Amino acid sequence: MPMSLFKRSPWILHYDGSSCNGCDIEVLACLTPLYDVERFGVVNTGNPKHADILLVTGSVNERNIEIIQNLYRQMPDPKVVVAVGACACSGGIFARAYNIQGGIDQVVPVDVYVPGCAARPESIIDGVVSGIAALEQKRKRSA
Amino acid sequence: MNPLAYGLLFVVVAPIFGGLLAGVDRIVSARMQGRIGPPLLQPFYDVGKLFQKEARQVNPVVEPLLLGHVGFMAAAGALALGGTDLIFIAFVFALAALCLVLAAGSVNSPYSFAGAERELVVLLASEPFFILMLAAICKVTSASTFAGVLASPVMVALELPGVLLAFLFVATIKLRKSPFDISTSHHPHQELVNGLTSDMSGRLLAYVEMAHWYESALLCAFVVLFFNWSVPLGLLAFAIAYGLEVLVDNSTSRAKWQLVLRSTWAVTLLFTGGNVLALFLLGR
Repeated sequence: MPMSLFKRSPWILHYDGSSCNGCDIEVLACLTPLYDVERFGVVNTGNPKHADILLVTGSVNERNIEIIQNLYRQMPDPKVVVAVGACACSGGIFARAYNIQGGIDQVVPVDVYVPGCAARPESIIDGVVSGIAALEQKRKRSA
Repeated sequence: MNPLAYGLLFVVVAPIFGGLLAGVDRIVSARMQGRIGPPLLQPFYDVGKLFQKEARQVNPVVEPLLLGHVGFMAAAGALALGGTDLIFIAFVFALAALCLVLAAGSVNSPYSFAGAERELVVLLASEPFFILMLAAICKVTSASTFAGVLASPVMVALELPGVLLAFLFVATIKLRKSPFDISTSHHPHQELVNGLTSDMSGRLLAYVEMAHWYESALLCAFVVLFFNWSVPLGLLAFAIAYGLEVLVDNSTSRAKWQLVLRSTWAVTLLFTGGNVLALFLLGR
Protein backbone atom coordinates (compact mmCIF):
# COMPACT_ATOMS: atom_id res chain seq x y z
CA MET A 1 0.00 0.00 0.00
CA PRO A 2 1.20 3.55 -0.71
CA MET A 3 1.76 6.06 2.07
CA SER A 4 -1.47 6.78 3.87
CA LEU A 5 -3.08 10.12 3.10
CA PHE A 6 -5.53 9.99 6.01
CA LYS A 7 -3.22 12.06 8.18
CA ARG A 8 -3.18 14.79 5.54
CA SER A 9 -6.90 14.84 4.91
CA PRO A 10 -9.04 13.93 7.95
CA TRP A 11 -12.66 14.85 7.28
CA ILE A 12 -14.78 15.31 10.38
CA LEU A 13 -18.46 14.79 11.11
CA HIS A 14 -19.52 16.71 14.21
CA TYR A 15 -22.55 15.45 16.14
CA ASP A 16 -24.00 17.22 19.15
CA GLY A 17 -25.55 14.71 21.59
CA SER A 18 -26.97 16.22 24.80
CA SER A 19 -24.32 18.90 24.94
CA CYS A 20 -24.78 22.24 26.73
CA ASN A 21 -23.16 23.69 23.54
CA GLY A 22 -19.99 24.69 25.40
CA CYS A 23 -17.94 22.00 23.60
CA ASP A 24 -19.71 22.71 20.28
CA ILE A 25 -18.60 26.31 20.43
CA GLU A 26 -15.05 25.17 21.11
CA VAL A 27 -15.24 22.70 18.17
CA LEU A 28 -16.34 25.51 15.87
CA ALA A 29 -13.62 27.74 17.35
CA CYS A 30 -11.11 25.28 15.85
CA LEU A 31 -12.28 26.36 12.37
CA THR A 32 -11.88 30.08 13.03
CA PRO A 33 -8.80 32.12 11.98
CA LEU A 34 -7.21 31.74 15.45
CA TYR A 35 -6.88 27.91 15.22
CA ASP A 36 -7.66 27.29 11.51
CA VAL A 37 -7.60 23.47 11.44
CA GLU A 38 -8.00 23.56 7.65
CA ARG A 39 -4.21 24.15 7.70
CA PHE A 40 -3.96 20.41 8.38
CA GLY A 41 -6.49 19.44 5.72
CA VAL A 42 -9.32 19.05 8.22
CA VAL A 43 -12.76 19.57 6.71
CA ASN A 44 -15.96 19.75 8.77
CA THR A 45 -18.10 17.80 6.28
CA GLY A 46 -21.55 17.41 7.85
CA ASN A 47 -21.99 14.25 5.75
CA PRO A 48 -21.31 10.80 7.33
CA LYS A 49 -20.56 9.24 3.92
CA HIS A 50 -17.64 11.63 3.41
CA ALA A 51 -16.33 11.55 6.98
CA ASP A 52 -13.32 9.77 8.52
CA ILE A 53 -13.75 10.96 12.10
CA LEU A 54 -17.01 11.10 14.06
CA LEU A 55 -16.57 13.84 16.65
CA VAL A 56 -19.28 13.71 19.30
CA THR A 57 -19.94 16.31 21.98
CA GLY A 58 -22.40 15.77 24.82
CA SER A 59 -23.73 12.57 26.35
CA VAL A 60 -26.08 9.95 24.94
CA ASN A 61 -29.77 10.26 25.77
CA GLU A 62 -32.70 7.95 25.03
CA ARG A 63 -33.63 9.84 21.87
CA ASN A 64 -30.26 9.99 20.11
CA ILE A 65 -29.00 6.41 20.57
CA GLU A 66 -30.28 5.39 17.14
CA ILE A 67 -29.07 8.59 15.50
CA ILE A 68 -25.48 8.13 16.72
CA GLN A 69 -25.47 4.46 15.72
CA ASN A 70 -26.96 5.29 12.33
CA LEU A 71 -24.35 8.00 11.65
CA TYR A 72 -21.59 5.60 12.70
CA ARG A 73 -22.89 2.84 10.39
CA GLN A 74 -23.18 5.27 7.46
CA MET A 75 -19.48 6.17 7.65
CA PRO A 76 -17.27 4.15 5.26
CA ASP A 77 -14.21 2.35 6.71
CA PRO A 78 -11.71 3.15 8.10
CA LYS A 79 -13.38 5.39 10.69
CA VAL A 80 -12.78 6.50 14.27
CA VAL A 81 -14.87 8.11 16.98
CA VAL A 82 -13.57 10.99 19.12
CA ALA A 83 -15.57 11.81 22.27
CA VAL A 84 -15.09 15.49 23.10
CA GLY A 85 -15.72 16.80 26.62
CA ALA A 86 -16.64 15.32 29.97
CA CYS A 87 -20.24 14.53 28.91
CA ALA A 88 -19.21 12.63 25.78
CA CYS A 89 -16.57 10.72 27.77
CA SER A 90 -18.70 9.66 30.75
CA GLY A 91 -22.01 11.52 30.82
CA GLY A 92 -20.43 14.34 32.85
CA ILE A 93 -22.58 16.21 35.34
CA PHE A 94 -25.69 14.86 33.55
CA ALA A 95 -24.64 11.21 34.09
CA ARG A 96 -27.27 10.55 36.76
CA ALA A 97 -30.12 12.31 34.93
CA TYR A 98 -33.16 10.09 34.19
CA ASN A 99 -32.84 10.35 30.37
CA ILE A 100 -29.05 9.98 30.09
CA GLN A 101 -27.38 6.69 29.10
CA GLY A 102 -23.83 7.90 29.79
CA GLY A 103 -20.82 8.49 27.54
CA ILE A 104 -20.71 7.86 23.78
CA ASP A 105 -18.93 4.53 24.39
CA GLN A 106 -22.28 3.15 25.61
CA VAL A 107 -23.54 3.01 22.00
CA VAL A 108 -20.56 3.12 19.58
CA PRO A 109 -16.88 2.15 20.06
CA VAL A 110 -14.87 5.25 21.03
CA ASP A 111 -11.19 5.52 20.02
CA VAL A 112 -10.17 8.81 21.62
CA TYR A 113 -11.42 10.53 24.77
CA VAL A 114 -10.87 14.30 25.04
CA PRO A 115 -11.46 15.51 28.61
CA GLY A 116 -12.50 18.99 29.67
CA CYS A 117 -15.60 21.03 30.52
CA ALA A 118 -15.62 22.58 28.05
CA ALA A 119 -12.78 20.91 26.15
CA ARG A 120 -10.23 23.52 24.98
CA PRO A 121 -9.70 23.93 21.21
CA GLU A 122 -6.05 22.88 21.70
CA SER A 123 -7.10 19.61 23.32
CA ILE A 124 -9.76 19.00 20.63
CA ILE A 125 -7.10 19.39 17.93
CA ASP A 126 -4.84 17.09 19.97
CA GLY A 127 -7.69 14.56 20.15
CA VAL A 128 -8.20 14.70 16.37
CA VAL A 129 -4.45 14.09 15.87
CA SER A 130 -4.70 11.02 18.14
CA GLY A 131 -7.77 10.01 16.13
CA ILE A 132 -5.72 10.17 12.93
CA ALA A 133 -3.17 7.78 14.50
CA ALA A 134 -6.00 5.38 15.38
CA LEU A 135 -7.36 5.74 11.82
CA GLU A 136 -3.94 4.79 10.49
CA GLN A 137 -3.80 1.67 12.69
CA LYS A 138 -7.25 0.58 11.50
CA ARG A 139 -6.26 1.08 7.87
CA LYS A 140 -3.15 -1.08 8.32
CA ARG A 141 -5.19 -3.79 10.02
CA SER A 142 -7.75 -3.91 7.21
CA ALA A 143 -5.13 -3.72 4.40
CA MET B 1 2.95 18.39 -32.70
CA ASN B 2 -0.11 16.71 -34.17
CA PRO B 3 -3.63 17.29 -32.75
CA LEU B 4 -3.81 13.77 -31.27
CA ALA B 5 -0.77 14.55 -29.10
CA TYR B 6 -2.48 17.74 -27.87
CA GLY B 7 -5.55 15.68 -26.96
CA LEU B 8 -3.47 13.15 -25.00
CA LEU B 9 -1.58 16.01 -23.35
CA PHE B 10 -4.90 17.41 -22.10
CA VAL B 11 -5.85 14.07 -20.52
CA VAL B 12 -2.56 14.03 -18.56
CA VAL B 13 -1.99 17.72 -17.79
CA ALA B 14 -5.58 18.92 -17.16
CA PRO B 15 -6.03 17.09 -13.80
CA ILE B 16 -2.72 18.50 -12.55
CA PHE B 17 -3.78 21.99 -13.67
CA GLY B 18 -7.29 21.61 -12.20
CA GLY B 19 -6.01 20.18 -8.91
CA LEU B 20 -3.46 22.97 -8.45
CA LEU B 21 -6.16 25.52 -9.31
CA ALA B 22 -8.41 24.01 -6.63
CA GLY B 23 -5.48 24.22 -4.18
CA VAL B 24 -4.87 27.88 -4.99
CA ASP B 25 -8.62 28.48 -4.72
CA ARG B 26 -8.72 27.06 -1.17
CA ILE B 27 -5.68 29.10 -0.07
CA VAL B 28 -7.05 32.35 -1.57
CA SER B 29 -10.49 31.68 -0.01
CA ALA B 30 -8.85 31.07 3.38
CA ARG B 31 -6.82 34.28 3.12
CA MET B 32 -9.99 36.21 2.28
CA GLN B 33 -11.44 34.84 5.54
CA GLY B 34 -8.34 35.77 7.55
CA ARG B 35 -7.03 32.18 7.73
CA ILE B 36 -3.83 30.55 6.48
CA GLY B 37 -5.59 27.72 4.66
CA PRO B 38 -4.50 24.23 3.60
CA PRO B 39 -1.32 23.29 1.67
CA LEU B 40 -1.32 23.88 -2.10
CA LEU B 41 -1.47 20.13 -2.79
CA GLN B 42 -4.47 19.57 -0.46
CA PRO B 43 -6.90 18.61 -3.31
CA PHE B 44 -4.49 15.83 -4.35
CA TYR B 45 -4.21 14.59 -0.74
CA ASP B 46 -8.01 14.56 -0.51
CA VAL B 47 -8.52 12.60 -3.73
CA GLY B 48 -5.66 10.22 -2.83
CA LYS B 49 -7.26 9.56 0.54
CA LEU B 50 -10.68 8.98 -1.04
CA PHE B 51 -9.12 6.20 -3.16
CA GLN B 52 -7.81 4.57 0.06
CA LYS B 53 -11.24 4.70 1.67
CA GLU B 54 -14.11 2.25 1.36
CA ALA B 55 -16.47 3.05 -1.52
CA ARG B 56 -20.03 2.17 -0.49
CA GLN B 57 -21.82 1.02 -3.62
CA VAL B 58 -25.38 2.19 -3.14
CA ASN B 59 -26.48 0.57 -6.41
CA PRO B 60 -24.68 -0.97 -9.40
CA VAL B 61 -25.10 2.00 -11.78
CA VAL B 62 -23.48 4.81 -9.78
CA GLU B 63 -19.87 3.83 -10.42
CA PRO B 64 -20.19 3.28 -14.22
CA LEU B 65 -22.07 6.58 -14.54
CA LEU B 66 -19.43 8.45 -12.54
CA LEU B 67 -16.68 6.86 -14.64
CA GLY B 68 -18.66 8.14 -17.63
CA HIS B 69 -18.74 11.57 -16.00
CA VAL B 70 -14.93 11.71 -15.70
CA GLY B 71 -14.44 10.01 -19.05
CA PHE B 72 -16.69 12.33 -21.07
CA MET B 73 -15.31 15.39 -19.29
CA ALA B 74 -11.75 14.32 -20.18
CA ALA B 75 -12.91 13.42 -23.69
CA ALA B 76 -14.53 16.84 -24.18
CA GLY B 77 -11.21 18.57 -23.49
CA ALA B 78 -9.14 16.02 -25.38
CA LEU B 79 -11.41 16.23 -28.44
CA ALA B 80 -11.38 20.05 -28.31
CA LEU B 81 -7.60 20.21 -28.32
CA GLY B 82 -7.43 17.21 -30.65
CA GLY B 83 -9.11 19.16 -33.44
CA THR B 84 -12.75 18.06 -33.27
CA ASP B 85 -15.55 20.40 -34.26
CA LEU B 86 -16.19 22.81 -31.34
CA ILE B 87 -20.00 22.48 -31.48
CA PHE B 88 -19.55 18.74 -30.91
CA ILE B 89 -17.55 19.56 -27.75
CA ALA B 90 -20.57 21.36 -26.28
CA PHE B 91 -22.59 18.14 -26.59
CA VAL B 92 -19.88 15.92 -25.07
CA PHE B 93 -19.59 18.47 -22.25
CA ALA B 94 -23.36 18.27 -21.67
CA LEU B 95 -23.25 14.46 -21.79
CA ALA B 96 -20.59 14.43 -19.05
CA ALA B 97 -22.80 16.64 -16.88
CA LEU B 98 -25.80 14.41 -17.58
CA CYS B 99 -23.88 11.33 -16.33
CA LEU B 100 -23.45 13.04 -12.94
CA VAL B 101 -27.17 13.92 -12.80
CA LEU B 102 -28.13 10.31 -13.58
CA ALA B 103 -25.69 8.94 -10.98
CA ALA B 104 -27.00 11.28 -8.26
CA GLY B 105 -30.63 10.71 -9.27
CA SER B 106 -30.31 6.91 -9.17
CA VAL B 107 -29.81 6.69 -5.39
CA ASN B 108 -32.43 6.73 -2.63
CA SER B 109 -31.06 9.69 -0.67
CA PRO B 110 -33.51 12.60 -0.92
CA TYR B 111 -30.59 15.05 -0.62
CA SER B 112 -28.85 13.50 -3.58
CA PHE B 113 -32.06 13.36 -5.60
CA ALA B 114 -32.91 17.00 -4.87
CA GLY B 115 -29.32 17.85 -5.84
CA ALA B 116 -29.80 16.01 -9.15
CA GLU B 117 -32.99 17.95 -9.86
CA ARG B 118 -31.25 21.24 -9.15
CA GLU B 119 -28.31 20.22 -11.34
CA LEU B 120 -30.79 19.67 -14.19
CA VAL B 121 -32.05 23.22 -13.61
CA VAL B 122 -28.54 24.68 -13.81
CA LEU B 123 -27.85 22.59 -16.94
CA LEU B 124 -31.03 24.03 -18.42
CA ALA B 125 -29.67 27.47 -17.57
CA SER B 126 -26.11 26.99 -18.80
CA GLU B 127 -25.98 24.47 -21.66
CA PRO B 128 -27.83 26.54 -24.30
CA PHE B 129 -25.28 29.27 -23.67
CA PHE B 130 -22.28 27.02 -24.37
CA ILE B 131 -23.73 25.97 -27.72
CA LEU B 132 -24.47 29.63 -28.58
CA MET B 133 -21.02 30.72 -27.43
CA LEU B 134 -19.13 28.12 -29.45
CA ALA B 135 -21.34 28.75 -32.49
CA ALA B 136 -20.67 32.49 -32.25
CA ILE B 137 -16.91 31.93 -31.92
CA CYS B 138 -16.93 29.60 -34.94
CA LYS B 139 -19.00 32.14 -36.90
CA VAL B 140 -16.78 35.18 -36.30
CA THR B 141 -13.52 33.31 -36.91
CA SER B 142 -14.88 31.19 -39.81
CA ALA B 143 -13.15 28.24 -38.13
CA SER B 144 -14.62 25.11 -36.57
CA THR B 145 -11.74 23.73 -34.51
CA PHE B 146 -9.66 24.89 -31.53
CA ALA B 147 -6.50 25.26 -33.62
CA GLY B 148 -8.51 27.01 -36.34
CA VAL B 149 -9.80 29.64 -33.91
CA LEU B 150 -6.28 30.19 -32.51
CA ALA B 151 -4.94 30.62 -36.05
CA SER B 152 -7.68 33.06 -37.05
CA PRO B 153 -6.64 36.72 -37.49
CA VAL B 154 -9.96 37.80 -35.93
CA MET B 155 -9.64 38.84 -32.25
CA VAL B 156 -12.59 36.99 -30.72
CA ALA B 157 -12.82 38.96 -27.44
CA LEU B 158 -13.05 42.24 -29.38
CA GLU B 159 -15.79 40.85 -31.64
CA LEU B 160 -17.71 39.08 -28.86
CA PRO B 161 -17.26 41.10 -25.63
CA GLY B 162 -20.90 40.49 -24.66
CA VAL B 163 -20.48 36.73 -25.04
CA LEU B 164 -17.34 36.88 -22.89
CA LEU B 165 -19.26 38.68 -20.12
CA ALA B 166 -22.04 36.11 -20.32
CA PHE B 167 -19.40 33.35 -20.16
CA LEU B 168 -18.04 34.79 -16.89
CA PHE B 169 -21.59 34.68 -15.52
CA VAL B 170 -22.19 31.07 -16.57
CA ALA B 171 -18.71 30.00 -15.37
CA THR B 172 -19.92 30.70 -11.80
CA ILE B 173 -22.40 27.85 -12.29
CA LYS B 174 -19.85 25.50 -13.84
CA LEU B 175 -17.21 26.18 -11.19
CA ARG B 176 -19.87 25.51 -8.51
CA LYS B 177 -19.38 28.88 -6.89
CA SER B 178 -21.82 30.75 -4.69
CA PRO B 179 -24.46 32.17 -5.36
CA PHE B 180 -25.02 29.48 -8.01
CA ASP B 181 -23.81 26.37 -6.12
CA ILE B 182 -27.36 25.16 -5.57
CA SER B 183 -26.87 21.49 -6.54
CA THR B 184 -23.74 20.72 -4.54
CA SER B 185 -21.04 22.64 -2.79
CA HIS B 186 -17.48 22.33 -1.59
CA HIS B 187 -18.60 23.94 1.62
CA PRO B 188 -20.37 21.83 4.24
CA HIS B 189 -23.68 22.45 5.96
CA GLN B 190 -25.76 23.56 3.08
CA GLU B 191 -29.45 22.76 3.20
CA LEU B 192 -28.91 19.63 1.04
CA VAL B 193 -25.95 18.19 3.05
CA ASN B 194 -23.72 17.80 -0.03
CA GLY B 195 -26.49 17.66 -2.64
CA LEU B 196 -25.41 15.64 -5.68
CA THR B 197 -22.52 13.95 -3.87
CA SER B 198 -24.34 13.15 -0.61
CA ASP B 199 -24.40 9.41 -1.26
CA MET B 200 -20.98 9.08 -2.90
CA SER B 201 -18.13 7.83 -0.75
CA GLY B 202 -14.50 6.86 -1.30
CA ARG B 203 -13.36 6.69 -4.91
CA LEU B 204 -16.87 7.55 -6.18
CA LEU B 205 -16.44 11.03 -4.71
CA ALA B 206 -12.88 11.13 -6.04
CA TYR B 207 -14.23 10.64 -9.61
CA VAL B 208 -16.51 13.67 -9.18
CA GLU B 209 -13.58 15.74 -7.92
CA MET B 210 -11.35 14.68 -10.82
CA ALA B 211 -14.08 15.44 -13.33
CA HIS B 212 -14.25 18.91 -11.82
CA TRP B 213 -10.51 19.34 -12.43
CA TYR B 214 -11.02 18.45 -16.11
CA GLU B 215 -13.98 20.82 -16.23
CA SER B 216 -11.89 23.70 -14.84
CA ALA B 217 -9.20 23.05 -17.45
CA LEU B 218 -11.81 22.97 -20.23
CA LEU B 219 -13.28 26.28 -19.02
CA CYS B 220 -9.73 27.70 -19.10
CA ALA B 221 -9.43 26.48 -22.71
CA PHE B 222 -12.70 28.29 -23.53
CA VAL B 223 -11.28 31.54 -22.11
CA VAL B 224 -8.18 31.06 -24.28
CA LEU B 225 -10.53 30.81 -27.31
CA PHE B 226 -11.68 34.37 -26.60
CA PHE B 227 -8.09 35.65 -26.45
CA ASN B 228 -7.05 33.70 -29.53
CA TRP B 229 -4.27 36.09 -30.58
CA SER B 230 -2.17 35.33 -27.47
CA VAL B 231 -2.38 32.18 -25.34
CA PRO B 232 -0.52 33.74 -22.34
CA LEU B 233 -3.02 36.63 -22.40
CA GLY B 234 -5.84 34.06 -22.38
CA LEU B 235 -4.31 32.31 -19.35
CA LEU B 236 -3.91 35.67 -17.59
CA ALA B 237 -7.56 36.49 -18.35
CA PHE B 238 -8.58 33.12 -16.90
CA ALA B 239 -6.54 33.81 -13.74
CA ILE B 240 -8.25 37.20 -13.30
CA ALA B 241 -11.70 35.70 -14.00
CA TYR B 242 -11.06 32.89 -11.51
CA GLY B 243 -9.95 35.41 -8.86
CA LEU B 244 -13.22 37.27 -9.37
CA GLU B 245 -15.16 34.00 -9.05
CA VAL B 246 -13.46 33.28 -5.69
CA LEU B 247 -14.28 36.80 -4.51
CA VAL B 248 -17.94 36.41 -5.53
CA ASP B 249 -17.99 32.95 -3.90
CA ASN B 250 -16.83 34.41 -0.59
CA SER B 251 -19.08 37.45 -0.62
CA THR B 252 -22.49 36.14 -1.68
CA SER B 253 -24.99 33.70 -0.25
CA ARG B 254 -26.65 30.88 -2.19
CA ALA B 255 -29.51 31.89 -4.52
CA LYS B 256 -32.77 30.05 -5.09
CA TRP B 257 -33.02 27.99 -8.27
CA GLN B 258 -35.63 30.30 -9.82
CA LEU B 259 -33.22 33.23 -9.58
CA VAL B 260 -30.37 31.15 -11.03
CA LEU B 261 -32.43 30.07 -14.03
CA ARG B 262 -34.00 33.47 -14.76
CA SER B 263 -30.85 35.53 -14.25
CA THR B 264 -28.74 33.18 -16.36
CA TRP B 265 -31.21 33.20 -19.23
CA ALA B 266 -31.65 36.97 -18.97
CA VAL B 267 -27.90 37.66 -18.94
CA THR B 268 -27.01 35.16 -21.66
CA LEU B 269 -29.88 36.26 -23.92
CA LEU B 270 -29.17 39.94 -23.38
CA PHE B 271 -25.39 39.82 -23.79
CA THR B 272 -24.99 36.91 -26.21
CA GLY B 273 -28.07 37.71 -28.30
CA GLY B 274 -27.30 41.44 -28.23
CA ASN B 275 -23.71 40.85 -29.24
CA VAL B 276 -24.61 38.54 -32.13
CA LEU B 277 -27.40 40.91 -33.24
CA ALA B 278 -25.00 43.87 -33.19
CA LEU B 279 -22.52 41.97 -35.37
CA PHE B 280 -25.35 41.06 -37.76
CA LEU B 281 -26.47 44.71 -38.00
CA LEU B 282 -22.88 45.81 -38.56
CA GLY B 283 -22.80 43.34 -41.42
CA ARG B 284 -20.02 41.03 -40.16
